[in-house]
Amino acid sequence: MKAKIIVTPKKAVLDPQGKTVASALEQMGYKGIGAVHVGKYLEIDLPAGDKESWRGRLDEACRKFLSNPVIEDYQVEIE
Amino acid sequence: MNFAVLQFPASNCDQDALHVVKNVLGQSARFVWHKENSLAGFDAVIIPGGFSYGDYLRTGAIARFSPIMQAVQAFAAQGGPVLGICNGFQILCEAGLLPGALIRNRSLQFRCEHIFLKTAAHDGPFTGKIPDSKVLRLPIAHGEGCYFADDATLDKLQAGRQVLWEYVNAAGEAAGRSNPNGSLRNIAGICNEARNVAGLMPHPERASEPLLGSADGLLIFESLLSWLQAKVAQAA
Repeated sequence: MKAKIIVTPKKAVLDPQGKTVASALEQMGYKGIGAVHVGKYLEIDLPAGDKESWRGRLDEACRKFLSNPVIEDYQVEIE
Repeated sequence: MNFAVLQFPASNCDQDALHVVKNVLGQSARFVWHKENSLAGFDAVIIPGGFSYGDYLRTGAIARFSPIMQAVQAFAAQGGPVLGICNGFQILCEAGLLPGALIRNRSLQFRCEHIFLKTAAHDGPFTGKIPDSKVLRLPIAHGEGCYFADDATLDKLQAGRQVLWEYVNAAGEAAGRSNPNGSLRNIAGICNEARNVAGLMPHPERASEPLLGSADGLLIFESLLSWLQAKVAQAA
């Protein structure tokens, strides 16, 4: 099993990196794009087992450590 | 007084902090490795700057789980003064000992220069010896120093006078260009509600002797020392 975790800056948080990437894309000719948000992607190998139990544990790990709830949102997918 | 200067893998302002406490302030101090789990016998804790754990994941995110941070939580809960400088400030925010977070500078640039600070609150352990109108000139060196918190938290910090230092220009006025990293409300340093835990992005330990171009930072260490001495005198 594998967990895929995506951490993104909250919409209300200043994201100068996203803004800079957006303006670079515009300059490259990709006109009309909207806001860009740069986040993080984590892949975690898991032993075979109870998917829902891992979802709960990783949700906790995201809240405590893998994301900072003050500035970031996260999504956990397990497959 | 006895100061603990914490050391994490990739702390790099630890020597400077220890030097100021021992040789400039004339107090006793020792390094406390992050694997240690006690702060018994210490009167104050300094979490120095650096790039603990390579800034992996987020600045300060991994250091906050070091064994010594549990002792710091307990030390702070008992009212012991804790000062986090630069990466130390980031660690204190990650640990939840201070509200908010430090994010990427709005310019996306690592900023390494001298800035000016206004002291916005003169009570508590860290600012008592700073004259009211004094504008502090201190160096900064960081890529993630933009202070962020939601509006409710910012309002609460300001209402509770927990904002200790704000970026200003040389004349002591808030001005767009004097904020080096885009921090909301020009916040450079804050303290907790109990006022015994503080963090700031600028480096007072790099500006505590005239030879270094500014000794303004010493006022923060002298404030802390004088607060500790007053506490002992009160207890006696």
